[in-house]
Amino acid sequence: MRLFKSSLNINFMAKRKLAMAFSISLIAFALISLLARGLSLGIDFTGGTLVEVGYQQPVELSKVRSVLEEAGFAGTTVQHFGTPKDVLVRLAPGGEDDSAALSSRAFAELRQAAAGEAELRRVEFVGPQVGDELAEDGGLAMLYVLIGILIYVALRFEYRFALGSVIALVHDVVITIGAFSLFAIEFDLTVLAAILAVIGYSLNDTIVVFDRIRENFRKLRKGTPEQVINTSINQTLSRTLVTSGTTLLVLAALLIFGGEIIHGFALALIIGIVIGTYSSIYVASTAALMLGVSKSDLMPVKKEGADIASDGSQV
Amino acid sequence: MNRYPLWKNILIGIVVLVGLIYALPNIFDQDPALEITGSRRAELTPATEQRVRDALGAAGIEIKSLDSGSNKLLLRFSDSETQLRAKDSLETLLGGDYTLALTLSSDVPGWLRSVGALPMYLGLDLRGGIHVLIDVDMDAAVDQALERYSGDIRTLLRDEKLRYSTVSQRGDAVVISFKEAEIREQALAKIEDEFRNLLLESVDGDDAFQVEARMSNNEQQTTRKFALDQNITTLRNRINALGVSEPIIQQQGDRRIVVQLPGAQDPARLKDLLGATATLEYRLEDTEHNVEDAVAGKVPVGSKLYHTRDGRPILLKKQVIVTGNQITDASSGFDQRSNQPAVFVSLDGPGARRMRNVTTDNVGKPMAVVFIETRTESRVVDGKKVTRKIPVQEVISVANILEPFGRRFQTTGLDSPAEAHDLALLLRAGALAAPIEIVEERTIGPSLGQDNIDQGFRSVLIGLLLVMVYMAFSYKVFGLVANLALITNLVLIVAVLSMLQATLTLPGIAGIVLTVGMAVDANVLIFERIREEIDIGNTPQASIHAGYEKALSTIVDANVTTLIAAVVLFSFGTGPIKGFAVTLFIGILTSMFTAILGTRAVINRVYGGRRLGKLVI
Repeated sequence: MRLFKSSLNINFMAKRKLAMAFSISLIAFALISLLARGLSLGIDFTGGTLVEVGYQQPVELSKVRSVLEEAGFAGTTVQHFGTPKDVLVRLAPGGEDDSAALSSRAFAELRQAAAGEAELRRVEFVGPQVGDELAEDGGLAMLYVLIGILIYVALRFEYRFALGSVIALVHDVVITIGAFSLFAIEFDLTVLAAILAVIGYSLNDTIVVFDRIRENFRKLRKGTPEQVINTSINQTLSRTLVTSGTTLLVLAALLIFGGEIIHGFALALIIGIVIGTYSSIYVASTAALMLGVSKSDLMPVKKEGADIASDGSQV
Repeated sequence: MNRYPLWKNILIGIVVLVGLIYALPNIFDQDPALEITGSRRAELTPATEQRVRDALGAAGIEIKSLDSGSNKLLLRFSDSETQLRAKDSLETLLGGDYTLALTLSSDVPGWLRSVGALPMYLGLDLRGGIHVLIDVDMDAAVDQALERYSGDIRTLLRDEKLRYSTVSQRGDAVVISFKEAEIREQALAKIEDEFRNLLLESVDGDDAFQVEARMSNNEQQTTRKFALDQNITTLRNRINALGVSEPIIQQQGDRRIVVQLPGAQDPARLKDLLGATATLEYRLEDTEHNVEDAVAGKVPVGSKLYHTRDGRPILLKKQVIVTGNQITDASSGFDQRSNQPAVFVSLDGPGARRMRNVTTDNVGKPMAVVFIETRTESRVVDGKKVTRKIPVQEVISVANILEPFGRRFQTTGLDSPAEAHDLALLLRAGALAAPIEIVEERTIGPSLGQDNIDQGFRSVLIGLLLVMVYMAFSYKVFGLVANLALITNLVLIVAVLSMLQATLTLPGIAGIVLTVGMAVDANVLIFERIREEIDIGNTPQASIHAGYEKALSTIVDANVTTLIAAVVLFSFGTGPIKGFAVTLFIGILTSMFTAILGTRAVINRVYGGRRLGKLVI
């Protein structure tokens, strides 16, 4: 079964202005949301205490709340987590307790109120200092991934491609984070890991297209850069969509069956991969084109050319 | 055309076979188990084994299997409820001399174990347990060292009869003030002689001649390092006594310690134990003065007012006979006469000598045992974090000295056997060299761990099935070959994880799921390329060949970039991110092997070396 017939020739580049307008407005939305609403950061980054309690029976949140209030916990938020039997409690720091003992006391109160029918499922406590460090490390990680990729692509291809791919990556990351901000989905460490995986994945896509552009620049004697890029995107389109499709399939499985904890992770990857697929078709190539990539930039150096001629394959 | 040399086929066969062997242990069930370890005081003998069997038999608890090793006994049970019941009944039977640890043990057959094939190491989020990150206040260790130097310098100057006006600490320096310059010079020479490590500097104040003594950078670092190492040792001693199998206690970064206790369930108790500092002091009671006067405020010189556990005031001599530092060993048990919980204490040489001397001189007089506990509490006051120590000093027992004490003796007066047990533990484990604070805690209950495994497993399975159906539908025979590669890839990931004993976490499973999606990418690239080659009119054999050749560099380029991301994730990430990076990294490598070499070998077998009319792809 083929997705497209082999003579497929969609003129992607003709609509690049439209695509650019679309991308820019998405990024604008994302940035406005980030500035206006910010991210709802998880306790990994803000620091804080979180207790997940499992009950035997579905439990009303108001009851849990009142138990905690009576026990002198101020500023707690209580919500169901996954099922009505699971309750997630966020505790505000301070009060009489040692910060590490806070969770123990809260659970003890809840357990007592439920006549022992409550089970401790999870405790997470992150000190404010650790939270800051995790946020800083996360930001640094993102930066180093981008730099590493910039260098690799510049070495393997050409600096315009490197810039093009990094522009596409920043585009993907900003829009994905923007979506988390807009829909107020909690942003925690696993989401950060997903964003970094999106960078790897989206680049993967972009490289495949770039690889074909390079090959076609060398092979096709005629044609403007615009036409060559168009041909390349068409030739790789089926692969791009199939791979994104299979990856989205497993991510959907993860989102639906993977449980609450992994929810944000799967969601970030799904958003990122949809955006990444679009950006490897439109953004990366358009950026390379606008930076003025041309045939002469990609002609092989003499020695390499001899190798290619001898084994008969162009790469 | 399209034939692999024999050695390549054999190589692929061997890799897959080794992968299968090392992945195999993971299909065996992991049983809840109980590990009993003997100690110096109590050897595990066949007789002990028989006692354990009898006791569990009497309680109606069924043992699934029992292995005995060197001073070790491993009991497997069919479920964790039985395991917990067994632990309770054995704890009372064996008492404090044996260590009981809850663990998981798989019934992997011996031949597999003999080649080192073990199941994957499950992270805390999958098996349940406690993770704690501890920050060590190493500046406090340096402060303590300075304090010690102040004391030593004072003693030195006094011994040398050099008159000083003050010795005090200012910032990172000990400042010694003198009235005369001449004496300062003499003192300077003496101090320099005695404490070669200190950096000394003369400073002339308004009407005082001072010496500033500082620790060298080198020494400060050694002090910090020592404090951290000492803390790790102490924490390890305390945790080992808790009865958790395979605890992890490691340094992380410059000043942090990670503690991971798989299977542990009670974070409150762990935190109490980690942060506690408890010790004992032995002092003589001051019977010459009146306690009421002291309570009224007239505490005699040389004595100090204490309270007993029930709140009764008591006057003790200031001079300490023996402190906790001189205790070399401690164990808990019961006093034979009164049947009260007791701690049995052994002293080191100097401590024992002193104890004998003092008790010989004071037979018939009362001696008190002071229990000193320091709790560190940090709380937020006006947005700032304030850490303070709350010392608790209580007299736990007062008894007349019947006869001179020796090296070993016992102390009673504790509230419960549990308290006796904890005190013995703390005395044995030694003191913390610098204050600690818990800066991160993650506890996962056992039910959540099991849920995570189930959900993770289910999503891998469903994701895999979806992709396989799609591939078979899309690329026919080639799709089936790719599916075979996909399954082999999963086996290899599991095998490598098991071989490295890398920790599998929930994000790690997510990484595997993601690799499943991305692993077919290489095959999609190759197959699409083969289609293109057929479309431009090449023969099937040439198309297959060209498809693999041309897609190779694209696949490598695309995967190297993802590898870069995985490596950065690993080096910057903590806990959850690291787990994800590990499986992503391994998955990319194995998928390149199976998707390129593996599928090629099978395709060559199916299509290679014969004339093909038409290729269905």
